[in-house]
Amino acid sequence: MSITQATRKAPPVRPGDRVFAGLSTGAGILILVILAGVGIFLTAKGIPGILAKPDEVKSGQHFLPWVWPLVFGTLIAATIALLIAVPVAIGVALFISHYAPRRLGQIFGYLIDLLAAVPSVVYGLWGIQFLAPHLVPFYAWLNKHLSFIPFFGEPSATGRTILTACIVLAVMILPIMTAICREIFLQTPRLHEEAALALGATKWEMARLAIFPYARSGIVSAAMLGLGRALGETLAVAMVLSVTAGEVTANLIGSSNPSTIAANIALNFKESTGLSVNALIASGLVLFVITFLVNFAARAVVERRSEFSGAN
Amino acid sequence: MNRKSLRYAAPTAAALVLALSLSACGAGNESDSTKPSNAAATVSGTLNAGGSTAQQSAVAAWTKAFQTTNSGATVNYDPVGSGGGREQFIAGGLQVAGSDAALTDDELAKAKTKCKSDVVEVPTYVSPIAVIFNLKGVDKLNLSPKTLGGIFQGTITTWNDAAIKADNPDATLPGTKITPVHRSDDSGTTQNFTDYLDQTSDGAWTGKAVQTWPVKSGEGAEGTSGVVAAVKGGDGTIGYADESQAGDLGKASIKVGSDFTAPTAAAASKVLDASEEVTGRAKTDIAITVNRKVTDSAVYPIVLVSYQIACQKYDDKAQAALVKAWLTYVTSADGQQVAASSAGSAPLSAAFVTKAQAAVATIAGA
Repeated sequence: MSITQATRKAPPVRPGDRVFAGLSTGAGILILVILAGVGIFLTAKGIPGILAKPDEVKSGQHFLPWVWPLVFGTLIAATIALLIAVPVAIGVALFISHYAPRRLGQIFGYLIDLLAAVPSVVYGLWGIQFLAPHLVPFYAWLNKHLSFIPFFGEPSATGRTILTACIVLAVMILPIMTAICREIFLQTPRLHEEAALALGATKWEMARLAIFPYARSGIVSAAMLGLGRALGETLAVAMVLSVTAGEVTANLIGSSNPSTIAANIALNFKESTGLSVNALIASGLVLFVITFLVNFAARAVVERRSEFSGAN
Repeated sequence: MNRKSLRYAAPTAAALVLALSLSACGAGNESDSTKPSNAAATVSGTLNAGGSTAQQSAVAAWTKAFQTTNSGATVNYDPVGSGGGREQFIAGGLQVAGSDAALTDDELAKAKTKCKSDVVEVPTYVSPIAVIFNLKGVDKLNLSPKTLGGIFQGTITTWNDAAIKADNPDATLPGTKITPVHRSDDSGTTQNFTDYLDQTSDGAWTGKAVQTWPVKSGEGAEGTSGVVAAVKGGDGTIGYADESQAGDLGKASIKVGSDFTAPTAAAASKVLDASEEVTGRAKTDIAITVNRKVTDSAVYPIVLVSYQIACQKYDDKAQAALVKAWLTYVTSADGQQVAASSAGSAPLSAAFVTKAQAAVATIAGA
């Protein structure tokens, strides 16, 4: 009875509803406006920099040959950071969600989240003052025994190499990736896990058969979020990395390394004037586009697998 | 009823408290400015300055002292970098610019148009740049300009190189690889250091005098602190940094004339007296070409000279008085001493203080 009555009468619209709907729509539009604003600013200010002649900018080069080593450095730093961080993040998340005793897991989770609250300048200080000097003997060892691999060429005497920067970046992106993976792993249906165990799977096999397939798209989104942060990280890289302008090298442990786009802007913006500033902004536009592409790729992966996952 | 009224009462009370506390703040400020000034000569108003990061700590010390004597004055110094400072000064955003390089002829013309008068440009901050090194078992090092140029060029690669041995006949030098550390950001320090190498290294240095490190060898590090940290963190490292920031690292003595000179403030301040002013400029424009090739070994020639730049005429009389008072203090013997003790700079010599003060004295309201 009461049900039919309710459907017949139009639901009352309260002022609170309207205000809230307006607020959230406004917030959504605001995001678009900000994004468009940033995009327009970067394009408008960047184009003169892209078109600048070599003798008009400080680098003395055309835009593409100038920006290419930076793109190379950005991608290689972010990729290696991701390669280091993903397995660790998955391991830690699995430990917290399925292996550790409940209380211990909780404490562990808090500790990981705490890492996310450390400002990047502190990571930079840690990297340059502590990590880099301690990695010097390790790099010397790598060079001595593995120098046939082009990654391990002439080692740096201070340890401020792109590999060190990657390790710092990996530590920085670990918390967010761990947090997401942990949440996804915890959502794995209990029945899937028990079914795997009932078929005689060990705990590791259960993780492989039940948890990972279910969480795959979540892991991908976590990795992409981490990648986004690694691509844009500025201060820690600028502090840790020993950069040489225009360098493109496979050597990960040498003294001369390619800079990243964000770090390069931070290092050169202060003393730049005129078209050199436009060139820096244009490199920012390149980073903007790269980040966009990465996010689109991540979206595509998540969409494709959405029907199996808990990530939607 | 109670609950509902509380819902409205709480924010109201909060707003009231906030308003009261804010008005209390406002009252505090007012009482400051209405206080009768104790000396007739004090100036008031806001001075917007900015530019060189090298001057930053000296400016902080000057600001503190200046605002103590002139309680109504506020000095804002924005360390945007020398290039940015000059650009904003010409655009009219800053009344005073701090810059590690004097205005170029092109900039000078633009600045004159903007000021509708001559420009007052005075050296305010002279700082020795030390060549710092970290090498196990070696705490004293002598280097000739040519050796120094070779090291930073990357042609001298080990510490037991014959050229270094020739400069240090008594030292036992290990065969460690040399890692030269340079600034990865653009800086006036690099500009002055490469200018020295360019003029004195006798061809060993080919990178010219530039702001951005030109040679693809060695390590880059961000800022003075970054260079110091990198030199400290490695073995066989050598770099260049403000002498006051070098800490307990070894500082090389540089060959001047026939002897080796250590980087001290006293030796650095002598270099201005041994240098010449850029010719063809107004009397108030004291731009200096630092004489890197001095032969008097009491002088240390690797120095950073930083200027403050102002207009000679300002439309606003109060503004002119403020700028004049500020620059008068900064270039005074007293102001130079304050910078020396807080930022480790080399105070201007008495002759330069007189010269700078005379230039500053011409600032006036239109």
